[in-house]
Amino acid sequence: MYAEDMTTVDLPGRQRAREAFSSVAPEAGAAKPDPILVADNVVRRFGGLTAVDVGHLEVQRGAITAIIGPNGAGKTTLFNLLTGFDSPNSGSWAFNGRPVEGVRSYKVARLGMVRTFQLTKALARLPVIENMRLGAVGQRGENFWRSLVPWLWRRQEQEITERADQLLARFQLDTKREDFAGSLSGGQRKLLEMARALMVQPELVMLDEPMAGVNPALKQSLLTHVKQLREDGMTVLFVEHDMDMVHDISDWVVVMGEGKIISEGSPDQVMGDPKVIDAYLGAHHDGAVKTVAGQEVEAGDTPPPQVSESEQR
Amino acid sequence: MDFVSIFNAAVTEMFGPTLLVYALAAIGLNVHFGYTGMLNFGQAAFVAVGAYGLALMVVTFAPMWFPGLAAGAVFWLGILLGLIGAVVLALLLGVPTLRLRADYLAIATISAAEIIRRVFRSSTLREWTGGSDGRSGFADVFREYGMVFGFDRGARFSWGPFFYTGTQLWVMVVGWILVGLTMLVVWLAMRSPWGRVLKAIREDEDAVRSLGKNVFSYKLQALILGGVIGALAGFISGLTTGTVIPDTYSPQFTFFVYAMVILGGAARVFGPLVGAMIFWFMFQFLTQALRQLSVQGILPPGVLDPTQVGPIVFVLLGAGIIALLIFRPQGIFGDRREISLDVR
Ligand SMILES: Nc1ncnc2c1ncn2[C@@H]1O[C@H](COP(=O)(O)OP(=O)(O)OP(=O)(O)O)[C@@H](O)[C@H]1O
Ligand SMILES: [Mg+2]
Repeated sequence: MYAEDMTTVDLPGRQRAREAFSSVAPEAGAAKPDPILVADNVVRRFGGLTAVDVGHLEVQRGAITAIIGPNGAGKTTLFNLLTGFDSPNSGSWAFNGRPVEGVRSYKVARLGMVRTFQLTKALARLPVIENMRLGAVGQRGENFWRSLVPWLWRRQEQEITERADQLLARFQLDTKREDFAGSLSGGQRKLLEMARALMVQPELVMLDEPMAGVNPALKQSLLTHVKQLREDGMTVLFVEHDMDMVHDISDWVVVMGEGKIISEGSPDQVMGDPKVIDAYLGAHHDGAVKTVAGQEVEAGDTPPPQVSESEQR
Repeated sequence: MDFVSIFNAAVTEMFGPTLLVYALAAIGLNVHFGYTGMLNFGQAAFVAVGAYGLALMVVTFAPMWFPGLAAGAVFWLGILLGLIGAVVLALLLGVPTLRLRADYLAIATISAAEIIRRVFRSSTLREWTGGSDGRSGFADVFREYGMVFGFDRGARFSWGPFFYTGTQLWVMVVGWILVGLTMLVVWLAMRSPWGRVLKAIREDEDAVRSLGKNVFSYKLQALILGGVIGALAGFISGLTTGTVIPDTYSPQFTFFVYAMVILGGAARVFGPLVGAMIFWFMFQFLTQALRQLSVQGILPPGVLDPTQVGPIVFVLLGAGIIALLIFRPQGIFGDRREISLDVR
């Protein structure tokens, strides 16, 4: 499958993303050549606490952008605001050039901007496969009157099921197909939620700590899948504390601290930024590269990150 | 002590018109509570609106608004008013509360049900609603339809343990057809993508929103569907006796219906019907058995006075439901695995 191709042929999506960022200055609020999401002056206060105060943020289309920052930096709150799950005190943002502040969360998702939750929301008493099917949009059988006439939606349901089964296999959940989502482990729920979000076929997928609680081997293969999303033309914005992952897959990193964006840049630029080391990584951080390189990488997995490093220089 | 006749009477009730009222109300509530997870504590109001819609159209409004209109047409206008009333009530209850947390719907519905009952029984409106005596004289057309099929009013039908009057049997024919049809609709809807959205909303609204579904609209649709099924229960309720009385639709009615849904197994197509049948059989059997035991002095007044039978039946049923929740929390048709899931 594609996973093998990736080790042999070049990755045009990554190439494109890297080239796009080559002209972008590594500074907070930097303008991008082709932003899919542009946010301005987004402020959210909880009483006296300013959880989010983002002056300007652009997310490059077709790239993988990471948001990192200490606990309580406002990353999840920013996700909630951008996707309509929370309302800001002020601010505006546009998706594909269309203003979406004040738009209801379900409409934001339909526009093609789909998020997952840090605290997973598996639909516990629905089987895994039903969780997946739910994600498909434009289902004819979701209208009450048509729902009563099965032959109006049965064929579409089959198509949806095929797509769902492919994703389940990719995320190694196919053996759990008929189990209740509530019987999955914490990590499996993360995987299910990510797979379910992909059922929406979004343009921009926003993942809140997708790898938390996922075992290293599966993490490796998921990284491959996320990279494949970029090759498929999808934009990925994700929050993650796992610096190995951030370093391995992201084209661009946005660092938040106390609600503000304190730095932006390529993974290496950001990890070398004293402000970031000070606020987030800590002085003892010895670089993610070695740890990733030290890990056993299976055949058919991602190319070792040294490649990306040599590209960078 | 005639246990056979007590048993026969209870079995007769188990399939009779009153059972049908409860079963339909429970099928509707199952859409709200079982499938969508909405706490509607005012199912009695939907039943009342159905019954009063029919009664008031025939007895009060039609003579004022459409004098000279044929009785048959007026009857169907009454049915229409009952159905529209249920839709309007669902909108009134749902629109302001369904965006809020689940408990708001519970508070709104329980209060609305009491408001509606008290408005119907208020003496100020006696001229229209008949106050606490209610309304009668709206079932003639329906009974004439029954005569066409041979269900004579005075006739008595008896078969095995069952005995019904012609009027009752005709109501039962219509009622069981309605039960069958509504269960068919619920079955079809709940195995479709539409039903999948409802069940997903029960599990986690925000997850459903994040996948691009208009949760508010689906909850409103579910509230309307269950409410309209409740109105059908109201028609059966009014047509059985030919009378609507406001106090029939008390909060106790709603709690009976909840007990039936939980007993049968929430979110199961046959759950509400079977739950209603078992509950209603137990209720009838216990009431009549204890009453006979007490009246005949088998249980001396010091142990059980005839006036205490009613409350004791409630105590026994309550204890039975508690035992059920301990030993079979999923109800009769439910899936134990679902209950034992860790809903993190
Ligand atoms: N609903 C709320 N009410 C009050 N304060 C809140 C609320 N939600 C978030 N906060 C506060 O806002 C700040 C940012 O929280 P947020 O969840 O966005 O952090 P985060 O960057 O996602 O952190 P983590 O990495 O731990 O997930 C925190 O200080 C938090 O206490
Ligand atoms: Mg967070």
